[in-house]
Amino acid sequence: MLAQLLLVLWTLAKVLAITLPLVIAVAMFVYWERKVIGWMHVRMGPNQVGPLGLLQAFADVVKLLIKEIVVPTNANRFLFFLAPMLALVPALAAWAVIPFSDGLVLSNINAGVLYLLAMTSMGVYGIILAGWASNSRYALLGAMRSAAQMVSYELAMGLALVCVLVLAGSLNLSRIVEAQGGGLLHWFWLPLLPMAVIYFVSGTAETNRAPFDVAEGESEIVAGFHVEYSGSAFALFFLAEYANMILVAFLASILFFGGWLSPFPSTWGPIGQGSFFWLLTKAFLLAFLFLWFRASFPRYRYDQIMRLGWKVFIPIALVWVLVAGLLKYFHIVTPGA
Amino acid sequence: MTIQLLAFYFFAFFAVLGALLVITLRNPVHAVLSLVLTFFSVACIWMLMQAEFLALVLIVVYVGAVMVLFLFVVMMLDIKVAAAREGFIRHLPVGIGVALIMLAEMVTLIGLRAMQVAPPPNPAAMHGESNVAWIGTALYTQYLLPFEVAAMILTVGIVAAVALTLRHRVGVRHQNASQQVAAVARDRVRLVSMPAERGDPGAQP
Repeated sequence: MLAQLLLVLWTLAKVLAITLPLVIAVAMFVYWERKVIGWMHVRMGPNQVGPLGLLQAFADVVKLLIKEIVVPTNANRFLFFLAPMLALVPALAAWAVIPFSDGLVLSNINAGVLYLLAMTSMGVYGIILAGWASNSRYALLGAMRSAAQMVSYELAMGLALVCVLVLAGSLNLSRIVEAQGGGLLHWFWLPLLPMAVIYFVSGTAETNRAPFDVAEGESEIVAGFHVEYSGSAFALFFLAEYANMILVAFLASILFFGGWLSPFPSTWGPIGQGSFFWLLTKAFLLAFLFLWFRASFPRYRYDQIMRLGWKVFIPIALVWVLVAGLLKYFHIVTPGA
Repeated sequence: MTIQLLAFYFFAFFAVLGALLVITLRNPVHAVLSLVLTFFSVACIWMLMQAEFLALVLIVVYVGAVMVLFLFVVMMLDIKVAAAREGFIRHLPVGIGVALIMLAEMVTLIGLRAMQVAPPPNPAAMHGESNVAWIGTALYTQYLLPFEVAAMILTVGIVAAVALTLRHRVGVRHQNASQQVAAVARDRVRLVSMPAERGDPGAQP
C-alpha cells in the first residue's frame, strides 16, 4: 500500500513538472503573440511592465485573478462555473502522452493517439456549456458556431492522423517518432505533405484561432462563448485556448516533423543527436505560425469554414489515406530505425 | 488489486448515478450531461478491463461527437419541462417491464454462460500484442465482410437521411465556389487604352 501511495505521489510530481512549465509557457506565449502582432502592425507591443515588457503576462494574470466574477442574471450557476474547468481539464490531460524526448514521457501508452483524440474531442463541452449557461444570445451563437466547427474539423484531423498511423504502424507516439528516424527526408511531412498542412490548419480551426475564430468573432458577436465571463473564470478559458495551441504545435512536430529527432546527420556531434531542444524548436516555429496567421488573414465567413472542412479537407484526406496505404504496401515508405 | 477494485466501484457508482440522473433530472440539458457522465464512467470501466480501444472510441465517438450534437439539439429546443414529465408515472410499468426483460436477457447471455464455461483468455494477450493492434488485425482479416457490410449499411443510412431532408427550394441564392475561383479579370473588366484628352487651348468651354 505504501509503495502504491508513493507511486501516486511520484506521478503527481511528474504531472506538476509538466503542468507548471506549460502554464508559464502559456504566459510567455501570450507576451510573444502581442509582441509579434505589434511588430507586424508597426507598433511596439507591451513594453512597460518589467524589462522589455516581459512581466506583462504575469501582471495580466494577477489582474484577472483579483477581479470579480460576475454571474449573469438567470444564468445556470452550476454549469456556468463548470464550463471553464471542462475546457481546461482536457487541454491539460492531453499532455500526459506527449513524448518530450526519447523515453521522457509521463504515460507511454500504446493507444496514445486515440487518447489524444478522445481528450481533444472533449474540449468542446466547455465551450458549448459556457455559451448555454451564460443566458446570453451572443454567447449561445458563439457556442453553436464553435460546436459545429469543432465537430467538422475533427474528422479531417482524425483522417490526417490515420495516415500517420498507417505509415508508422503504431498508435504509440514514441513509436511514431522512432518510425521517422533516418534524417530530414524520412520525417512524415514529405510523404504526407497535404496531410501535414490539413492537420495544422484543422488544428487552427479546432482551437478556434484566427482566421477560424468565428466562435469569438469580435466584430459580430462581441466575444462569443466567453462574453459573460470575467476574472479567473475567463482566465481559465484563456489558459485552455493557449494550452491547446501549444499542444497542436507539439503534436504537429511529433507526428509530421520527427519529434525530438535532429534534422542533421548523427555524425555531426551534439547537434546531430535527438533531444528535447529539437522538439521545442519545431514546436516554437509551428506555434509562431498561429500568430503569423492571426496578423495576416481576415476572418473566414461561417459557410466558407464549413465548405473548407467538409468539401475540401475531408475528400483530400480520404484520398490520402489510400495513398498512404499504397506507400506502405509497396514499401516506398518504411518505418526507420 | 485493491486500487483497481476501488477504482471499479468508483466508476461504477458514477455510471449508475449518471444513468439514474438522466431519467430523474428536470432540465433536459442536465439530463444529457448526466448521460455523458455515464458514458465516461463506462469508458473508464472498460479501460480497467484493458479494453483501451473500446474505451477510447466510446469517448471519441459518443462523448466527443454524438452527445455534442445531442446537446446542440436539446439547447435549441424549447422543451416544456412539465409536459415532458406528465407521462412519467403512466409509462413507468412499461419501462419496468422492458428493463426486467433486458436484465433477464443479459443474465442468460452473460451470467449463465460465465457459470458454465470458463471465460476465454484475452485474445490480445494471447497473441502478445496490444488490444488495438489485435482488434485491427481481426477486423480487417477475419471479420472483413461483416465489417464492410456494416460500413455499407451506415453509408446507406447517411444517404437516406440526406435524401429525406433535402428540399430544392426555388429562389435561394447559392454561391458557386468553383465559379468564383474560376473568375478572371479579363471577363469582368475591360481596360481601354485611349489617348489623353487635350482640349483646344484657344476654345472657350
